[in-house]
Amino acid sequence: MSGTRDSLSAKILVYGVLVILAIVWTTPTIGLLASSFRPEDDVSSTGWWTIFNDLSEADVSLDNYRIVLGVGLDDPDVQAKVRRGAENIQLFDAVLNSLTVAIPATAIPILIAAFAAYGFAWIQFPGRRALFIAVVALLVVPLQIALIPILKDYLRLDLGGTFLGIWLAHTGFGLPLAVYLLYNYISTLPRDIFESAFIDGASHFTIFTRLILPLSVPALASFAIFQFVWVWNDLLVALVFLSANPEVEVLTQRLLGMLGTFGTDWHLLTAGAFISMIFPLVIFFSLQRYFVRGLLAGSVKG
Amino acid sequence: MEYTEEMDRPGGIVGWLGTNLGRLVVALFVPVVTFIVLWRVFIFLRDTNAPQWLTAIVAIVWGVGGVMALFVVANFAIEQLGGRWKAHLTPYVFVGPAVAVLAWYLAIPTLRSFYTSLYGPEGNNFVGLANYVYAFTSDAMLESFRNNLIWLFVGTGLSVGVGLLVAVLADRTHPRFETVIKAFIFMPMAISMVGASVIFKFMYTFRPPGADQIGLLNGVLTGLGGEPRAWLLMQPWNTLLLIAILVWLQTGYAMVIISAAIKGVPSELLEAGRIDGATEVQAFFNITIPYIQGTLVTVSTTIILFTLKIFDIVQSMTGGNFGTQVIANEQYSQMFRAFHFGRSAAIAIVLLLVVVPVMWYNLRQFAEQTEAF
Repeated sequence: MSGTRDSLSAKILVYGVLVILAIVWTTPTIGLLASSFRPEDDVSSTGWWTIFNDLSEADVSLDNYRIVLGVGLDDPDVQAKVRRGAENIQLFDAVLNSLTVAIPATAIPILIAAFAAYGFAWIQFPGRRALFIAVVALLVVPLQIALIPILKDYLRLDLGGTFLGIWLAHTGFGLPLAVYLLYNYISTLPRDIFESAFIDGASHFTIFTRLILPLSVPALASFAIFQFVWVWNDLLVALVFLSANPEVEVLTQRLLGMLGTFGTDWHLLTAGAFISMIFPLVIFFSLQRYFVRGLLAGSVKG
Repeated sequence: MEYTEEMDRPGGIVGWLGTNLGRLVVALFVPVVTFIVLWRVFIFLRDTNAPQWLTAIVAIVWGVGGVMALFVVANFAIEQLGGRWKAHLTPYVFVGPAVAVLAWYLAIPTLRSFYTSLYGPEGNNFVGLANYVYAFTSDAMLESFRNNLIWLFVGTGLSVGVGLLVAVLADRTHPRFETVIKAFIFMPMAISMVGASVIFKFMYTFRPPGADQIGLLNGVLTGLGGEPRAWLLMQPWNTLLLIAILVWLQTGYAMVIISAAIKGVPSELLEAGRIDGATEVQAFFNITIPYIQGTLVTVSTTIILFTLKIFDIVQSMTGGNFGTQVIANEQYSQMFRAFHFGRSAAIAIVLLLVVVPVMWYNLRQFAEQTEAF
C-alpha cells in the first residue's frame, strides 16, 4: 500500500493519531525517568511534569540511584538523604544476582537444545520421532504445573535458593521452545554440508561443534535474546525457587519487595525500576532486529 | 582408534572387555572426575563468603563451562568405547540431556501435581476431589475466573485492536516515520511486568483532594476540575487499570506481527477493489481484514494465553486484593501464603486444562503462519 492516494486532511489525521499514540505510550516511562532524578521532597510534593515548566531550574541528581544501588553512601550529601533504612536496598547486589541468574539460564538451555535439535534432525535412532513429538508437546504445559513438585525436590536436594537450582528450572521451562525453534532452523540446513564432512571422516560431535553451531548463529542469537530478557524480567520462577535465600534475590524480587517496604518513596522506586529496565532497553536499542525476531519467536513460551 | 569386526561380534564381549578394559576405565573415570570437580565447585559456591562479584563470575563460568564440559566429556567417553557402542550411544549424548531435564521439570511434574492435588495441606491425607471443589466453588477462585475472563476479553481486545490500528495507520506513512513510531510502541516489550507495575502504580498514585497530585492520572483529572480518586481501591474498575498495563506491554507485539501481515496483502487486490469503487474503509474491512484473518487469530490466541497466566502485574499492583485476584496469583497464594500444596496443585491442574486447548490451537496456527526465523 502507498500513501499517495490519501488527501492532505487524511494524512494529517493519520500522522496525528500516530503521534498521539506514541506520546501516550512513552509518557509513563518519561514520568518514571524524570522522577528518578528528582529529590525526595520534590517527588512527594509536586507532579513530575512540573520540571518541564522550567528545565534550567530543575533540581536533578543521581543521588536516588546511589541510594538504591548502595554505592557511594559515604558521601555526606547522599547520606543526609538516606531515610527509613534505604541504605539496605542494595540493588547493586541484585543486579549482580540477576546477571548470575540470567547468563547461565540463557546459555545452558541453548547449548542443551542445540545438541538435541541436531540429534533429532540429523542422527537416526529408534524412537526419534516419538521423542521429538513428546518434547514439542511439552510446549503446551504451563510452568505453574511444575512449581510444587520441583519445590519439593529442591527441599530434599537442598537446591532451594541456589543459582544451580534456578538455572535448571529456567532450562527446563525454556527447553521445549528452544528445541522446537532450533530444530526448525538446523533441520533446514543443506544436506551437502553434512555429507562431505562425513566422507572426510568427521564424527557427529565434530560436525556439530565445527559446522552447525557457527552456521546457526542467527537462530541462536534470536533465541538467546528472547531467553535472556525473559529470565531477566521473570518474577514467578525467582519468587518460587530463590526466596529461600535473601542473598541471591534478583532485581524483580527486590523491586517487588520495595513496592511493599518503600511503597510511598517514589524517588527510590522510580530509580529502582529504571535500573531493572536498563539491560533489556540497551539490548532493545542496540540489537533491535534480533530483539524483535527473538520476542516474536518466543511469544508461544509456556 | 582402529575399528575392527571382532570388537562388534556379539559373543566377543568378554574378549573385548579383556583387551579394552583400559579404555573402559578411562571412559568411566574421566566423567566421574569431571562430575566430582563440578560438584565441589558447587559446594564452594554455595558456602563461600567471597565478594559477590567474584562469586558471580565463578558461578557464571562454572555453570556455562560445566554444561559444555559434560557434553565434551560424554563425547570423549563414547569415543573411547568406539565401534558399535559409539554408534549406539551418540544419539543419547545429543538428545539425552534435553530429554532428561524435560522429564524432570515438565513431564513428570504434571503427574506429580495431579497426585498432590488429591491430598490435604500437608500432603499426607487423601482428600479425594475436595481441592477441586475448592478450585471451582470458592469465592477466591470464582472471583479469579471472573477477572481472568475480563483480562482475556478486554486485554486481548484492546492489545489487538490498538496494535491493528497502529499497524494500518503506520503503513500509510513515510517508511522512516513508520519505523520510529513502531519503536515507540514496541519499546515496553523490553520492560518487565514488575517494572511496568512500578511505572503504572506511580501513574495511579492518589493524594487527598486539595494536595498537589503526583500521579499523572489524578493530575490530569484535577487539572480538568475533577476530584482525585484512589484508583486501585475502586472495584471493579481497578482490574481494568491493571489490564491497561498489559495493553501497554503487548500492543507492540500485536502491531509488529499484524504489520508484517498487512505488508503481505497484494497491492493488485487493493487496486482492484478501489477501481470497483470501494472506499479506503471498505477496502480495509472487505479485503485487508479477511486477508490477515489467520494472523489476527494467532496474535489473539497468543495474548489470550498471556492473560490466562497473568501473575506478575496482579502480584505487584494489588497482591490480588481489592477484588483483583486471578488464577495464577491464587495458585501462588495457596502455595506460599496458605501453604496448602494440595489446593495450589489443583489450581495448577485447572490452569493446565484451561491453557492446553488454546495453546494447542495456537501452536498449530503458529506452525502454519510463520517460519520461526
